[in-house]
Amino acid sequence: MKDVSFGQYYPVKSFVHNMDPRIKLFFLVAFIVAIFLAGNFYGLAACLVVLIFVIAFSRVPILKVLRAIRGVLFLVVFTAAINVLFRTGETVYWQYGILCVSKEGIVFSAFLICRLILLVVCSSMLTYTTTPVELTDGIESVLKPLTWIKIPVHVLADVMSIALRMIPVLMEETERIRSAQKARGGDIEGGGLIKKVRALVPILVPLILSAFRRADELGDAMDARCYMASKKRTKYKKLRLTWRDLIGFLVAAALIAGVVLLNVYEAFLWLPI
Amino acid sequence: MRIVAEHLSYTYNPKSPFATRALDDVNLTIEEGEFFGIIGHTGSGKSTFVQHLNGLIRLPASKKRHPKPPKAKRGQPALPMPKLQVGEFDLASKKTDFRALRKRVGMVFQYPEYQLFAETVEDDVAYGLKNFAEKKLTPEETEAAVRAALEIVGLDYNQVAEMSPFDLSGGQKRRVAIAGVIVTRPEVLILDEPAAGLDPLGKQEVMALLHRLHREWCKTVIIVSHDMDEIAENCTRAAVFSEGRAVCCMPPKELFKRAEELIGLGLDVPLTAKLCAALKRRGIEVDCDFTVGDFVNKVIALKGGQA
Repeated sequence: MKDVSFGQYYPVKSFVHNMDPRIKLFFLVAFIVAIFLAGNFYGLAACLVVLIFVIAFSRVPILKVLRAIRGVLFLVVFTAAINVLFRTGETVYWQYGILCVSKEGIVFSAFLICRLILLVVCSSMLTYTTTPVELTDGIESVLKPLTWIKIPVHVLADVMSIALRMIPVLMEETERIRSAQKARGGDIEGGGLIKKVRALVPILVPLILSAFRRADELGDAMDARCYMASKKRTKYKKLRLTWRDLIGFLVAAALIAGVVLLNVYEAFLWLPI
Repeated sequence: MRIVAEHLSYTYNPKSPFATRALDDVNLTIEEGEFFGIIGHTGSGKSTFVQHLNGLIRLPASKKRHPKPPKAKRGQPALPMPKLQVGEFDLASKKTDFRALRKRVGMVFQYPEYQLFAETVEDDVAYGLKNFAEKKLTPEETEAAVRAALEIVGLDYNQVAEMSPFDLSGGQKRRVAIAGVIVTRPEVLILDEPAAGLDPLGKQEVMALLHRLHREWCKTVIIVSHDMDEIAENCTRAAVFSEGRAVCCMPPKELFKRAEELIGLGLDVPLTAKLCAALKRRGIEVDCDFTVGDFVNKVIALKGGQA
């Protein structure tokens, strides 16, 4: 509960932090496209190199970055295990019923693991280096064309930024309520599953009540300050593209081109597998 | 239970850009039987300190087998090992039975009414009782304990026991929440801002309730507050926290004589202390203990009248 570092903004000043959130979003999308375009390990290696540069220029400590993987470790291991056990191939090492471990299965699993990890790390780099406010501003700006088909983009963006803003508040609240119930001898550590779930009730009921109370209060406060979702709103911080963003854009474009080239010229490269 | 804290330090989110030092070498002794006040600004570490007292925040040393004293800042002598002793419980030790400790050191958080959860008042008050019970309690035992706890906080058991706690008024909710903590008869009762958000009458009622508890149920009462009038009026002794340190600790009568110092720390002083200072500027010396009653009596006596 206390470790909320996954996906949380890491406040330092750096090249990546200063980039325009729209370019960072574009970069993330381009990176994901590159990961899925890559048909061999060379493509993934190219992605990895780019990602290492991103991490280096963001000044986020490497341990913090690796911690993002921990959150999806189960998913990664599970996917890999399924692929190793069920994928058939030419060189079979071991077979039992429908279970089958083959060379192709292992290679494919390794490929999947790399893909997933690159995906997770790159996405969390976005949230490490971009504040929720910047991010929603960026998303709002990117989705602006949708207003043409009557989708209230800025309202959705406001809803999202409020939701993001409230996550740490609710975390803190959870911790407080937990302490209070702990002081009354309630403890969610230990005991069987049913006991654990029942021990959650004294925490969840006050938490949900307080979330509703906060929502009401915030709504009143916004009304009191004449918040109108329909009006055209100006921004406190205007987004502007700079030379950093040009570099980001070029790197993303080069990555995709590189991955495509590596796919095409795969035959000319020496492949270990 | 006597409470002795030595060299207590605590940092939130250590080794991260969010690191904040909440306690910095706190030394404090609270004797059994005191009505103790803890004063301080927001973020002065007072809440962090009281959460140590029943083990909600553990001493960092308790995790390691061979704890090292905290690293000293450059150019300063090394800090000795932090120590916290509450009665016979040594909170720096890993073997301490924290359940037993929490049963005897009750803790009422800020706005305790937001922690109510059960369907009836009786269930909510009985929650702590059931958690701390060594064996399963009979319904009669539970009822007797809940009845006594509700009665001492000034609620009628027959009237409220079957009600939903969410149908009560704000003041009543707070009483129920306090009843839910004292139902296990703790020896030490800690309250974080017990009167926050109440109207003046409600504040007086809560303070009267705490005095009653202090006389009848709990040997030691500790309140955290930033309302100086509350401290002057009620406490036998008070400690001032500032930037994670306990800067001084003395009876309010002496404490508020040093009004300038407190103002220098960004703290307020009680109304009576302000009036004393105003009178002093006009050459009138009033020697009072800063409770409203005493101040009024002394002033009347100075004018030659009778109280």
